[in-house]
Amino acid sequence: MENQELLNKINQKLNDQFPGAVEKAELTYDFPVFYIHKDKIHEALAILKNEPEFDFHFLTDLTGIQSADEKQLGVVYHLHNMPKNYRVRVKTYFDINKPEIPTACDLWPGANWMERETFDFYGVKFKGHPNLKRILNVDEMDIFPLRKEYPLEDQSREDKSDKMFGR
Amino acid sequence: MGKQLQKRTKLDMAKLPEGLEGPGFFATKLEQVIGLARANSLWPLPFATSCCGIEFMATMASDYDLARFGSERLSFSPRQADMLMVMGTIAKKMGPTLRQVYEQMAEPKWVLSVGACASSGGIFDTYSVLQGIDRIIPVDVYVPGCPPRPEQIIEGILKIQELAKNESFRRRNSDEYKKLLNSYGME
Repeated sequence: MENQELLNKINQKLNDQFPGAVEKAELTYDFPVFYIHKDKIHEALAILKNEPEFDFHFLTDLTGIQSADEKQLGVVYHLHNMPKNYRVRVKTYFDINKPEIPTACDLWPGANWMERETFDFYGVKFKGHPNLKRILNVDEMDIFPLRKEYPLEDQSREDKSDKMFGR
Repeated sequence: MGKQLQKRTKLDMAKLPEGLEGPGFFATKLEQVIGLARANSLWPLPFATSCCGIEFMATMASDYDLARFGSERLSFSPRQADMLMVMGTIAKKMGPTLRQVYEQMAEPKWVLSVGACASSGGIFDTYSVLQGIDRIIPVDVYVPGCPPRPEQIIEGILKIQELAKNESFRRRNSDEYKKLLNSYGME
């Protein structure tokens, strides 16, 4: 199946089941990408996984993203059907002040650590996650370091004043 | 034509400490004899996390040969080590581990901080990296470089040897030393 055909089929299926849930569906560099409304993200993922026609049994990656205007957070899922070599990318965006979406752990157990990582760096709360705590950073950290509102540098340095760098 | 091997016949011996010498006897301070013995048999505990660790491997290997300075015996147990060599970037999450390793070492103990990352965080001025190991454990000698050459690491070890040689017996019981440990929250 060509990527365009796959895109159309999935788009149609999702639109039949959940009208209005697909905000956008497009080929980006010949790669099918779906933007799904966050209220229907879990149901849409379940269809992609369980429908025999699609059978995306493998979650390649799950990560977070912050929109350029800094007002929205997103979660990106990369799905793979190995026997047929289908790949799709599923994105969902939501308000940064209410970063809550349902977990995908019940669909793919491999989502567990990836959701913990996304929580660690972006503060996305995955509802229903069995063990949502920091995974890579120290437990005492009180920021979500990859959000644009937090500075990259370690804030405890006292020897780095702006005048040393001509600022 | 290969390089001609030179046979060294004259051996360098450790210099005698100050003392009273006569036929059949030599009298000096016990402190100095012990210091001499400690300085020339420092057992290093390598805590290597990145590229400085690779330079350390060269330092241990035949070309640079740390064994010449009595430190060929690496101790991978902190209980038997005299000198903690921290080489490489220490992430904040690694901090408690490094601290525990330091606390497990028996006195007297020395710490060598090798390279820019261990000494100050180096180029990694970022939220996840410890900005210098002296934030969690006391450091005796810093070796600059990114990474330092083996010659520099050897230089750092020679400096620690000087410290060990000249350290007073009572230093580890002194109030000053206790204060230093207390400032790091250790007993």
